Amino acid sequence: MVRELTCIMCPMGCDLTAEKDERGNITVTGNTCPRGREYAMQELTAPMRNIATSVLVEGGELPLASVRLDGPIPRERIFDVMQEIKGRKVKAPVQIGDVLIENVLGLGRNVVITKNVAKRGR
Amino acid sequence: MREIDVAIIGGGPAGLAAAVRLYDMGIRNILILEREHQLGGILRQCIHDGFGLARFGETLSGPEYAQRFIDEVQKKEIEYMTDVTVLSISEDKKIVAASTAGLVELQAKAVVLTMGCRERTRGAISIPGQRPAGVYTAGVAQSYINLQNKMVGREVVILGSGDIGMIMARRMTLEGAHVQAVFEVQPYASGLPRNIEQCLHDYDIPLYLSHTVTEIKGRDRLEAVVVSQVDENMQPIPGTEKEYRCDTLILSVGLIPENELSLGAGVELDARSRGAVVDEYHQTSVPGIFAAGNVLQVHDLVDFVSMEAENLADSVAAYIREGGLKPCTHAVVTDGNVTHTIPQRISGECDFKLSMRVRRPMRDCTIRLSQNGVTVSEKKMRKALPAEMIQIPVKAEKLDQNSDLEVSVVW
Amino acid sequence: MKRLEAVIIGAGVVGCAVARELSRYQIKIGVLEKELDVACGNSSRNTGMLHAGFTYKPGSLKAECAVEGNREFDQVAEELDIPFKRTGKVVVGFTDHDMENILKFKANGEKNGVQGLRMIDKSELNRLDANAGGEFAMYVPSSGILDPMQYTIALAENACRNGVRFFFGAGVESIERAEDEYLIKTAAGDFLAKWVINCAGMYASEISEMLGYPNYPVKGFKGEYFVLDKKAGRKLTIPVYPAPNDKGGFSVHATPTVDGNVLVGPDSYVTEGREDYAVTKEHLDGLIRDGQKMFKEMKREYFIRNFAGIRWKRYDPETGEILDFLLEADPEKPHTVNLVGIESPGVTCALPLARRAVKIVAEQEGLAENPDFNPRREGIHKFPEMSTEEKKAAIEKDPDYGEIVCRCETVTKAEILKAIHNPLGVCTVTGIKNRTRATMGRCQGGYCQTRITKMIEEELGIRPEDIRYSKAGGYMFTGKVREEA
Repeated sequence: MVRELTCIMCPMGCDLTAEKDERGNITVTGNTCPRGREYAMQELTAPMRNIATSVLVEGGELPLASVRLDGPIPRERIFDVMQEIKGRKVKAPVQIGDVLIENVLGLGRNVVITKNVAKRGR
Repeated sequence: MREIDVAIIGGGPAGLAAAVRLYDMGIRNILILEREHQLGGILRQCIHDGFGLARFGETLSGPEYAQRFIDEVQKKEIEYMTDVTVLSISEDKKIVAASTAGLVELQAKAVVLTMGCRERTRGAISIPGQRPAGVYTAGVAQSYINLQNKMVGREVVILGSGDIGMIMARRMTLEGAHVQAVFEVQPYASGLPRNIEQCLHDYDIPLYLSHTVTEIKGRDRLEAVVVSQVDENMQPIPGTEKEYRCDTLILSVGLIPENELSLGAGVELDARSRGAVVDEYHQTSVPGIFAAGNVLQVHDLVDFVSMEAENLADSVAAYIREGGLKPCTHAVVTDGNVTHTIPQRISGECDFKLSMRVRRPMRDCTIRLSQNGVTVSEKKMRKALPAEMIQIPVKAEKLDQNSDLEVSVVW
Repeated sequence: MKRLEAVIIGAGVVGCAVARELSRYQIKIGVLEKELDVACGNSSRNTGMLHAGFTYKPGSLKAECAVEGNREFDQVAEELDIPFKRTGKVVVGFTDHDMENILKFKANGEKNGVQGLRMIDKSELNRLDANAGGEFAMYVPSSGILDPMQYTIALAENACRNGVRFFFGAGVESIERAEDEYLIKTAAGDFLAKWVINCAGMYASEISEMLGYPNYPVKGFKGEYFVLDKKAGRKLTIPVYPAPNDKGGFSVHATPTVDGNVLVGPDSYVTEGREDYAVTKEHLDGLIRDGQKMFKEMKREYFIRNFAGIRWKRYDPETGEILDFLLEADPEKPHTVNLVGIESPGVTCALPLARRAVKIVAEQEGLAENPDFNPRREGIHKFPEMSTEEKKAAIEKDPDYGEIVCRCETVTKAEILKAIHNPLGVCTVTGIKNRTRATMGRCQGGYCQTRITKMIEEELGIRPEDIRYSKAGGYMFTGKVREEA
């Protein structure tokens, strides 16, 4: 099996070709750094992604605080994690790096706040 | 009238980076003027990650990336004003701005233009049809969804494969909208390959190249768009029309450097980049007025915006200290494969970094910088895409000080 | 059920002018409008020209009202505090044939009482405006430019101040005779009134039929326009019209607007759809081609918007002849005034037509004058039009004048707030836009639309999903991204 991929590890966007033989060995060509090889390997076995979204803030000068995962999770779990985040809310103030959900769904990653939101009414 | 050394117009990624670097260079009498309530510019609404790899060596979301610079500004106690909109800048660097506390009038020795860009609109590209609610530019939709907690629609079609459009395709999908497709009038995508991969492919959103919206339907709210295939001249091909029922059309059809204030100051613009004509010091045609970031040229990555602004800061510091910079009298000329370059003028006496874009996708090509047929610098590329800004360092020792510089793509 | 003494159907420029003129008398007036604001139809979908009256048939209502409306407009603009410039106009020609047609109009205009018409040569034309096309021209000094939207808003606000009530979302469904009154059923409830004045514009024939008059045949002549950036606006100071064709019609022209933009258009073609305001690629392409002849700076980089309008003309189905404005009051249909086929130059003629309609009502009813009537209306003070000293004073008095909301048009928070709390109670996004110019600039709301919707939400205390862009079904938002449970 041969798959053509565009590497998403950095903005270079290298064109990768990943080939899996009968014994399950994977060879990657087209990458310009080791991260590209790692990416292609993972795409063929268990693709991983990070996601960003928002969480409701109560009493903040903004209605939402942005959040992301502190590392990638299996791609097929994105919507499960979204569901978890949608149900949450935080009270202002929040700071970048605050953990919203620890070890979300047991995936070994935390959902962290990525925006400082101060309390409403200076 | 208050006198300052450097006025920085806009507190986004370019303005903040310029301010921090100027401070580090020992220029302390500086003022950032920001029209919004908070610093950070457009990054405040770019909550996705992927920023910072080049500048910080790690991947950050937009707000986090901006906060790194805001923290520096605050730590160094660099003066800034928010909720202040600059109304005019004159050629002699007098600035008038509006604030709720009154008009702010300043006399600056140098002005740094870092106003960013705006989105191209439906009107600018003349999409035919009716005028219902539900047609948004990608950035406006992003602001509503990420900053204001307002959802703009449920059944979505996206016109234009710009990065913000693709990022909004993913963002809206995550929030429960159904994104039917992305249509691009060009035969190639205008955004980065990684966004096609992780924003469209991951969510089974098809990207149709050489297609455009040829009619908008709906009296009150958007009801449908008609999409047609286009020929090599980007003209719709009759008989290829297909109707997509939708309540939302997101436009991601290009960014335009916002240079209204620059024009008022008498700054000469380049019709190709739609930003200022600058020299290797990032100085515009008006001495003492400098430009960097998306107001100068639309960048693909914010990291390069910051780095360009930091580069500019070095020149501004020299300008303040020495009261002027060396004239740059040689032009940078391009062939038809290059959209534009920054800088457009050089002295021939200094190292600099040339940034440019190619007009169409090309494989296994070489970008060659030459003078009178002699190669000064070249960059071999396995693939060159219009979506990506290409940067090429140029060494002064290689330059002939009496000639223009030619930029061409050979393959 | 609401009981009024006079109902005006339609809040276009004519309906609002009738409302304003009728409010000079003691009578309880209501205006019924199917949309959520005034001037949603063709009142605002035109060139914004104060016509001189040289093209219309001598003795016609069009000719009479245009000349009358043109003469009084300086005073009208002053009373209503609206932008207006008496720019004059040039009708330019290239050929001998053009010259013949222009001279015909010159003679016609003189017959109508249009003053100051004169032929000018190329050098004088170039002195008037270097970017005007043409080898020679007729100079029309009395023509002017106005913003038909602002004009209609001003008429309505002045009427409102003088006691007229406006009902929006009140499209008329039926009209019945109920003893000595009319029962008018609308989408916003039922109304009873002794008098009905039909100012329904493109739907005037339908209302006419409901009142017992004929359903007059009308034909729609649609035209498309480009709006050009103010950067192009600096290069055109006077409206430039091409020589009329043999039928007396004008094709594409270039007109500066009072706000500093340029309009290029309209072309003209027949349409069936009453509200067929969609623009088409075919016609926009045509405007690009023809517009360049009139205005050398007609370039794509200046395009900021486009729109279409339709002139619904009354015509004789036997001969196809286009007929004059119709203003009638048949005693067989008691207490009605019927205005049908009011198209171009309807904006110029609105007040003269209104006076004629009101005279019928006032005389028949023996109405007493409204002692509280005030002809003056104060508009929203525009920040960019102020001098530096005025700006400073304005911010000191009201700090919201120091907060710029719309960058392209330099519209402040103070102006937006005044527009949100407008006397008519209009709260659509386009309503704010048309009262302040916010979102009308080159970024088309890219910067300020999000701020305006937020202000509407906060000021009026409404939910995001209840904010309307322009029309009743034109919701902006499907709800919140994250619901506060």
